[in-house]
Amino acid sequence: MGRWVGPGSREASTAPLLEVDGLTVRLRVEGAQRAVLRDVSLAVRPGEALGLVGESGSGKSMTARAIDRLLPRGAEVSGQIRFDGADVMTLAGAGLRGYRNGVAMIFQDPRAHVNPVRRIGDFMTEALRTNLDVPAGEAYRRAADMLGQVGIDDGERRLRQYPHELSGGMLQRVMIAAALLTEPKLLLADEPTTALDVTTQAEVMAILDDLRREFGLAMLFITHDLELAAAICDRTAVMYAGQIVEVRESALLHDDPLHPYTAALAAARPDIAQTAHRLAAIPGRPLSAFEAPEDECAFAPRCPHARDICREATPELIGLDGGLSRCARAADLRGRLRPELAEGGQSDD
Amino acid sequence: MLVASLLVASFVIFGALYLAPGNPIAALSGGRSLPPSSLKVLEARYHLNQPFLTQYWYWLDNALHGNLGISITLRENVTTLIASRVWTTAGLVLYASLIILVLGIGMGVLAGLRPGLLDTSVLVSSAISAAIPSFVAAIVLISLFAVKLRWFPALGNGSDFVSNLRHFTLPAVALALSSLAIVARVTRAAIREEADREHVQTAISRGIPRRQLVRRHILRNAAIPITTVSGITIASLIAVAAVVETAFSLNGLGAYLVASAQDKDLAVVQGISLVLVSAFVVINMAVDLAYAVLDPRVALGSRAA
Amino acid sequence: MSTAIPLVTVQAPRGGRAVGLLRGTGAAGIASAAVILAATVVAVVGPALAPFSPTLPNLALAFVGPTGAHLFGFDYEGRDVLSRLLAGAQSSMLGPLAVVIGALVIGTLLAVIAAWRRGMVDAVISSSLDILFAFPGILLAVLAAAVFGAGLPAASISLAIAYMPYVARVLRGAALKERSQPYVAALEVQGASATSICLRHIVPNVMPLIVAQATILFGYAMVDLAAISFLGLGVQPPAANWGVMISENQVGIPQGYPLPALAAGACIVAIVIAFNVLGERLFEQAQGAR
Repeated sequence: MGRWVGPGSREASTAPLLEVDGLTVRLRVEGAQRAVLRDVSLAVRPGEALGLVGESGSGKSMTARAIDRLLPRGAEVSGQIRFDGADVMTLAGAGLRGYRNGVAMIFQDPRAHVNPVRRIGDFMTEALRTNLDVPAGEAYRRAADMLGQVGIDDGERRLRQYPHELSGGMLQRVMIAAALLTEPKLLLADEPTTALDVTTQAEVMAILDDLRREFGLAMLFITHDLELAAAICDRTAVMYAGQIVEVRESALLHDDPLHPYTAALAAARPDIAQTAHRLAAIPGRPLSAFEAPEDECAFAPRCPHARDICREATPELIGLDGGLSRCARAADLRGRLRPELAEGGQSDD
Repeated sequence: MLVASLLVASFVIFGALYLAPGNPIAALSGGRSLPPSSLKVLEARYHLNQPFLTQYWYWLDNALHGNLGISITLRENVTTLIASRVWTTAGLVLYASLIILVLGIGMGVLAGLRPGLLDTSVLVSSAISAAIPSFVAAIVLISLFAVKLRWFPALGNGSDFVSNLRHFTLPAVALALSSLAIVARVTRAAIREEADREHVQTAISRGIPRRQLVRRHILRNAAIPITTVSGITIASLIAVAAVVETAFSLNGLGAYLVASAQDKDLAVVQGISLVLVSAFVVINMAVDLAYAVLDPRVALGSRAA
Repeated sequence: MSTAIPLVTVQAPRGGRAVGLLRGTGAAGIASAAVILAATVVAVVGPALAPFSPTLPNLALAFVGPTGAHLFGFDYEGRDVLSRLLAGAQSSMLGPLAVVIGALVIGTLLAVIAAWRRGMVDAVISSSLDILFAFPGILLAVLAAAVFGAGLPAASISLAIAYMPYVARVLRGAALKERSQPYVAALEVQGASATSICLRHIVPNVMPLIVAQATILFGYAMVDLAAISFLGLGVQPPAANWGVMISENQVGIPQGYPLPALAAGACIVAIVIAFNVLGERLFEQAQGAR
């Protein structure tokens, strides 16, 4: 079922639930205000899952925090974030509370993100009792039900336990359950499985995916794992140095990427079905947004396809084949950015 | 464990008898010359012809039953002498503790939650007051508030509850001053640290209102280190009370301890030391208990490093 | 070509030198160090510096206010307060020095032994130290005064014993961390003895922490010893000592002559602040270097 945003597509009439438009965030880093996000734009439609992929420092977590208004004090924000048509940045009071009910964030390290001195039941029902005025008995009942949905039996007993009595995987399921209790429309999942061991990762991922589809929720799924994002998200956005460099339908991302960085990322992951003679690595190291030059393509120094045009100015995001790419040579490189070709050295074209 | 501390402490207190130069009789009589009949009484009372450990046992047993011996100078029951003075010390320590808890924690919380002028002034004032020893504070307070301004009486106990309050205010402040600083600073640091924690971010992201956030998430977690430092500080007041009581001529256990030490009235010194060390241990136990209640991760009997 | 692996002497990281330490403490730290240095000089030379006799009484001049050469006036026995302050620096600073040295030496020794041997030895030492924590310093000093008679030596030794657990606890943690560093294992493999590793490598590396502790402790010792002298159980009058001066001149306060007592108090406070500030800065440095 085609889901890309193209003119004339029947899905184009569905208004986006979340719209980020030209978001630029500056933070105080070592004495000066430096950009951590530059001109980030994306859109998530109701019920759609958008993956946000990038390495450390790419700005993906910061994007989620900006959307959830969890930026540190003193952060300068320009650009717009719209949720259900409302300007998120100017929300206050009841409007802000409604927003926080409608958008639920699932954090990376569950043990650090759950209050250690309060019981699980208290943690899960806090928002319901405080913001939605749900009576305690009803709230606890719903919480126990939701625990069942995430695969935790004996919910009532679990609700009485303290966080340190649960394993990391269980705690993350609790976090997911808690997030779903306020009946949000959008989930922000910030690397929800990175802090867990591999087996638990798969379980938790499956639960998250199932429930999301069952409840018809939109999701912004943040990860460093390109394959994972592509597997569970309809579309995937790739970030580098604080900017979006590609947005593409997930199915097409691996075999027909529109940006050399995406191709390099895909190639860097060894395929279990093939024998590789050498691990493909991207030369150089990933840049943070404030280290990136303002007047050229941030990826150019590490890109095998870089030409003079790449160093003239920061490339704009251009639409191509239903996706978006911030490569100045995107049109030229169309169809030739398959992962195998991204291995090592300068390319001839 | 703390009970072991108490036992060892009592052993040391008792053993002081033998550490003194000369024989135990000389120590007990404090260098005074006594008639042979009195010496015989002392010998019998302290079982001086028995082995050391037996003597210790008798002494401890007596102590636990409320018999702490007889004062060589006043010829009265040590227990009676202590009982008449214990409320002065207890009142003083209580008053000072209240000041420390209310002002110290209060200032610390305010400073921790709001950066800015309030925070800086709390930091500066606590740095200064931390360096002022209680007896120096005592003379400053006396010269300023008692002599110059005549707001409070300078010396002595009061006669009834209200005048007690007036007489005890300056001493309590003197006692509380340096501890106030430590409690305020630790409180501030604990609040700051908790406010930056990730679980607070989770609560914010769910739209929990600020008041509730502070109460249920920040304060509740910061309460752990705050309780620990408050408990330790209050326990330390017990020893310093002696200095303040002397400076303000209060008729408390501490002042009496000092006087007896000067008079070399060993039985009284031992008795009061035992009482004070016990109080110290009890307060520490209470802190451990509070800690176990506040932090569900900790089992009773342990304290995080 | 030989395939033997050459034996490499692993150079243990050297402890910071005094000047480097000091420079890292900032303006407040350096100012405090200067105050301490001045006080030390006065302590050493003190009695010689005093323009008038610090001990000879002249009751006719009791509590006369400041005049000309007598900057702080006269005390309750008609002695020049300034001279008495200068002379008093000696016992006021010497006592704490003895306390600190005593607590440090024993505390470090116990801490390093506990950290090195670990296991049973550590458990025994740690529990013993925990028990010692129950004894407040002043209480121990009062007890000692009752048994051994009032005086500076008894008081200093009592405080050293009371402070020792605090030193040992802090240093034990640091020593344990050092102990588990790879260079220690390397030295052991090379056959270095436990004593030499401890003395020549572990101790120098926790030295910044030791110095910081010593500085902070000096402040506490000064306050406690002054308190004990104030109580009449430490330095005995007519010897000059700031704690004693506060006690003896206290009578002047209700009469409207607070200056002698306050002057002595100010000396104590000033130097304690200096030690606290410097000690804290040094402590931060020592922690930061880990």
